[in-house]
Amino acid sequence: MKIPFEKLDKAFENRVRLQIMSVLVVNDRYDFNSLKELLAVTDGNLASHLKGLEKEEYILVNKSFLGRKPNTNYVATAKGKQAFKQHLDALEQFIKSTKS
Amino acid sequence: MKEEELHNELASIRNIMERSSKFISLSGLSGILAGVYALIGATVAWFVIKDHPTAFVHTPPGTFDFEIFFNLISVVEYLIMIAIAVLLASIITGVILSIRKAKQKGESVWNKTSRLLLLNVAVPLLTGFAVIIMLFFKSDLTYTVSTMLVFYGLALFNASNFTYTDVKYLGIIDILLGLATAFFPEYSLWAWAIGFGVLHIIYGSIMYLKYDR
Repeated sequence: MKIPFEKLDKAFENRVRLQIMSVLVVNDRYDFNSLKELLAVTDGNLASHLKGLEKEEYILVNKSFLGRKPNTNYVATAKGKQAFKQHLDALEQFIKSTKS
Repeated sequence: MKEEELHNELASIRNIMERSSKFISLSGLSGILAGVYALIGATVAWFVIKDHPTAFVHTPPGTFDFEIFFNLISVVEYLIMIAIAVLLASIITGVILSIRKAKQKGESVWNKTSRLLLLNVAVPLLTGFAVIIMLFFKSDLTYTVSTMLVFYGLALFNASNFTYTDVKYLGIIDILLGLATAFFPEYSLWAWAIGFGVLHIIYGSIMYLKYDR
């Protein structure tokens, strides 16, 4: 059995990162607090993973103000969406190969 | 990575994608109850109209009959009150049952998806409301029910992007029913009972069996 591990994206090894990316591929944008609530993670944890994805250029950060409150939104880049799709394809292939 | 772990991973992705973009704490039960309220309302309305047989008599143009006029006013007042009562009861039931369902799943009701859903329902609904008010001030009540159904259908069609997709078909049916009612406004009460009563009960039951059990 050959496992295409080399095709699995290292950036998505962490589950939170994969979850963040899956939110951003189905939504135009998502804000920090809603992400935190949805994924049930701590501020620090979420922030560090968002940083990681930003460094890979998989997501873009938009900072703005809602009245006086800072409102940070995240958007998936084309590169990020592509990487996410490839990662899922690789997972799918892996499952197929274990079944046959 | 073990295979089971992988399956869990994929299941969690699918779950997050769904929950991040759709409000799924809507309860089928609230649809059923809204339908029941609407049918009760339609029945009361039927009796009110029956008790005032002269209310909808057509007066020849240029003439004005005070008795008919005041009869019409009192009937319309009753009908508006019935409609508001049905609407309020449905909204309250919907909110309570959604809170309950969200709590069972350990989620909050007031989040990004519920805000999106409300906004997308509110725009067509308030537009329809404004149209009805405008018709009301023009003293034209002929198309009230068809307007209600068409704009409610549009609201549901819009809402389906942010909750269960099944709602889309209910929206289309309501739009078609509303348009048909515009051609046959004399059947308005029946259309109201079908659109807001029967269809809600049928759809609520389908949703209940599909998602709530």
